[in-house]
Amino acid sequence: MSADSLSNAFLSVVRRDLLLAYRHRAELINPLAFFVMVVTMFPLAVGADVELLRRIAPGVIWVAALLASLLSMDAIFRSDFEDGSLELMVMTPHPLSVLVLAKVTAHWLLSGVPLLLVSPLLAVMFDIESDVISVLLITLLLGTPVLSLIGAIAVALTVGLRKGGVLLAILVLPLYVPVLIFASGAVDAAASGLPVSGQLYMMSAMLFLAITLTPWPTAAALKMSLS
Amino acid sequence: MLFSGLDFAVNGGQVLLIEGPNGSGKTSLLRILTGLRSPDEGELVWCGTAVSELEAVFYQDVAYVGHMNGMKDDLSVEENLKFAQALAIATLGIDEALQKVGLVGYQDTPIRYLSAGQRRRLALARLLCTRKRLWILDEPFTSLDRASIRMFEDYIVAHVAEGGIVIMTSHHDTGLPEQIVQRIELQS
Repeated sequence: MSADSLSNAFLSVVRRDLLLAYRHRAELINPLAFFVMVVTMFPLAVGADVELLRRIAPGVIWVAALLASLLSMDAIFRSDFEDGSLELMVMTPHPLSVLVLAKVTAHWLLSGVPLLLVSPLLAVMFDIESDVISVLLITLLLGTPVLSLIGAIAVALTVGLRKGGVLLAILVLPLYVPVLIFASGAVDAAASGLPVSGQLYMMSAMLFLAITLTPWPTAAALKMSLS
Repeated sequence: MLFSGLDFAVNGGQVLLIEGPNGSGKTSLLRILTGLRSPDEGELVWCGTAVSELEAVFYQDVAYVGHMNGMKDDLSVEENLKFAQALAIATLGIDEALQKVGLVGYQDTPIRYLSAGQRRRLALARLLCTRKRLWILDEPFTSLDRASIRMFEDYIVAHVAEGGIVIMTSHHDTGLPEQIVQRIELQS
C-alpha cells in the first residue's frame, strides 16, 4: 500500500471520529465539565487562602486533567469494538498501529484540546502569574497527548471486558506518574523563577517516545481482545 | 475443542458453504479464516503463503461480514461506505452500489433508522463497492426477505464468476448452483 493511501486512511479515521463526536456533541462536554468541577472543588475544600491556593493550583489542575482524561479514555475503542468496526479496521491492508494512532489523535483533539483551552481560565481563578500559566499550558500541551497514548494501551487491553472501568484506572494511573512529576516539577520551578527547560525537554522526549512506541502495543492488545 | 483435522482448499470460482448445527463452531472457523483468531494448531495459507506472514497483503483481498455490520449507527449510509472505501481499494461508486442493492434514496439516512434487512443490504453494498477477492460471510441472509436473498445470491454467483471466492455459513437452503458450491459439515 502506498504512503498516499495510508495517509488517506489515517485522515479518514480522524475525520470519522470527529464527525461521530460532533453527532454526540453533548457527550463532549462531560469530561470538560468534570475537569472544571474537580478544580473548583478545591477552593471550597481547603478554604480561600490565596497563598495556599496559588501553591497547589498547578498540581490540582494537573491531577484533574489526569482524571478527566481517564474518564474519556474508556470510550476510545468501546463503540468500535461493540459494532464490529474494529474488526474491519484490523482487516484492512493498513497497519493497525497507524489507524490506532489516528484514533488516539482524534481522541486527543476531542479531550485534550478542550482541557488546554479552559485551563488558563482556571489558572487565573487561582491567581497564578501569567508566565507560570504559560509554562502550565506548555506542560499540558506536551503531557495530555502522552496521557491519551499511554491510556490507549490499557483501554485496548480492557475493551473486551464488560466492566473494565475500575481496572482501567488501576492499570493506567501508575503509568501517568512520570508525566505528572515532570509537569508539576516544571510549573513549580517556573513559580520559583527557576529555569524549566530540563523538565520540558523531558516531557517532549516522553511525547515523542509515546508517539513512536505506544501504537504497537495498543494494536497488539486490540488484536488480542478481538481473538 | 470445536473441530480438528480440518483440511480443505478453496479455489477462485468457488463457494464454500460451511454447515453444521448451532454451536458447532461455524463462526469460530470463519474467524480463523479471517485471521482475526489464530487456530490452536495448523496453518492458514493464502496463495501459497501462510496468512500469519502475509497479514496486510492478505487483507487487501479479504472482506468479512460478521454478525455485526461494522457500521456506525450515527453516520449516514454514504458516510459509512465512504469510510469503508477509504480503508480499501474502491471499485464501484457509492451511488452505483446502492442502486445494486436497492438502497437508493437512503444516502443521507443515518444507519440507526434502517431496518435489520436494510442493514444487511448495506453490508452487501460494502462488499460491492470495495475490491476484495475473498468474501467471508457469516449468515449473510439473516433478516433478508426472499427477494433480497435471491439478489444477494446473484451477486455471490457474479463475484465467483469473476474468479472470486466466497466462504459462507447459512441456515437457509441456498439457491446457489450446485456446480460452484463446496460443502463442509461440522459436527457438534
